[in-house]
Amino acid sequence: MVIDLLIAVIKALIVIGMVLPLAGILGWVERKGSALIQDRIGANRASIFGFAGAGLVNTLMADPLKFLTKEDVIPAGVDRLLHTLAPCVNLFPAIVAFAAIPFGDVYEVGDRVINLQAVGLNVGILYVLAMLSLGVYGVVLAGWASNNRFSLLGGIRGSAQMISYELGMGLAIVAMVMTFGTLDLQEMVRAQGHLILGWIPAWGILYQPVAFLLFLTAGIAESKRVPFDLPEGESELVAGFFTEYSGIKYLMFFMTDFVDVAVVAGLVTTLFFGGWQIPYLMRDGFHLPWGAVVALPQIVVVLLRLVAFMVKVIFFCWVQVLIRWSLPRFRYDQVMRLGWKGLLPIALLNVLATAVVVLALQG
Amino acid sequence: MSPVLFGILAALLIASALGVVLSASPIRSALSLVLTLFFIAVQFLFLDAQLVAALQVVVYAGAIMVLFLFVIMLLNLQEEPQAIARLGQRAAAVFLGSLFLLAAVHFLAKPGIGAGTGMAGAVPATFGSTELLAETLFTRFLFAFEITSVLLLVAVIGAVVLAKKTLT
Repeated sequence: MVIDLLIAVIKALIVIGMVLPLAGILGWVERKGSALIQDRIGANRASIFGFAGAGLVNTLMADPLKFLTKEDVIPAGVDRLLHTLAPCVNLFPAIVAFAAIPFGDVYEVGDRVINLQAVGLNVGILYVLAMLSLGVYGVVLAGWASNNRFSLLGGIRGSAQMISYELGMGLAIVAMVMTFGTLDLQEMVRAQGHLILGWIPAWGILYQPVAFLLFLTAGIAESKRVPFDLPEGESELVAGFFTEYSGIKYLMFFMTDFVDVAVVAGLVTTLFFGGWQIPYLMRDGFHLPWGAVVALPQIVVVLLRLVAFMVKVIFFCWVQVLIRWSLPRFRYDQVMRLGWKGLLPIALLNVLATAVVVLALQG
Repeated sequence: MSPVLFGILAALLIASALGVVLSASPIRSALSLVLTLFFIAVQFLFLDAQLVAALQVVVYAGAIMVLFLFVIMLLNLQEEPQAIARLGQRAAAVFLGSLFLLAAVHFLAKPGIGAGTGMAGAVPATFGSTELLAETLFTRFLFAFEITSVLLLVAVIGAVVLAKKTLT
């Protein structure tokens, strides 16, 4: 009983230990990456005894310290409780959404089999969707509780956009659920461990390339980043729904941004790119397609898979940063048209086509 | 589920439900309702109904309540002045409320209800699983399921027709 509890706590700590540092490092990646793309030097002002660490000191130490020590301004005439609650409501669902994403297969100690996933839920993917759908409250509340019209407009834009793209995202996931026949994320990843024709890893993207594009687009729209950052829209709304926030609360909105990016990358990895799977790596070592076998101890396999999962997640985070700094912002009607007249019909057709294929293969 | 855990959850649930009724500000009321729905979902989770719990959050907390908040924000509702509730209204509320309480007490006092702790052994291992729920839904309750979806479709079309200023 105590050991079970301890294992659960350790797994939760592993997930938090992956997500929060990743969010911090993404801040650095975003600032230096954008500089790279725009042919600038980027953050390099702060240094400790002349050591700037390629901007790491600036983004990972100086910036957070500055945010923490800034004055926390609460505008006059607002609901103080809701104004303070909004950034927390925004950040919390994004972090806990990661809990259902598996970071490894199983680890066997004696007769105990530990599932390498913070919470093994029968309805894993629905849980993640549920948490992502709660994220909209942070935006709505921040917009409303700021007593500022720019904020309110940003909040309304944000909630309308998130509700619209949840449909496309949900339907893309429905197609994946039909392909794998389960809602359990761990089972989905295990199903991607097979080989097609004996040498092609059966990753989700091979079955559902359309769902992948739909999901990635909807995911970026859900995280409200350029080209979908209408809720912020600096040129029109100052900073949108978080105009009236400063100090640590502003930092929390920023962190939500990066955690959202990490969650979308984690889901893309899990659903479409085999999660923790490494091609040809089984529980006891590499089984190469031409018959060679390289036996590996269990702990090495578990660590290799953890590293593979992290590498894939970081890669898709980088893809999102790349998209953010490459595309201009959409106009609001374009965002809505893309969501309702573009993604939704394609996603519905994709679900229909998947259903036909699944039925044909069964019967 | 342990009685202690149930007690804590039930207390939180009732507290947030009271928040819905007692808050003067409409937006706080709506948020308390979100919290209430969330705690109900947690109760489902402890009753081994993971799918129902997830759907509760996705549908009620994640979608329907957002629209409630939307309307409250757009109408810019102010705090409800206490004086508006007339004496007659209050009397009627107290009367109907106590009537409901009486009915609830009468129902719960029946022998057999609440003594069902022996039920736990009778629940099959697959109880509450998605597969079982889907099978029941698409065999025994197929007609009701399809009729409900038609009803929702009609409601959606009706809403679009009403919202459109001119039908061309």
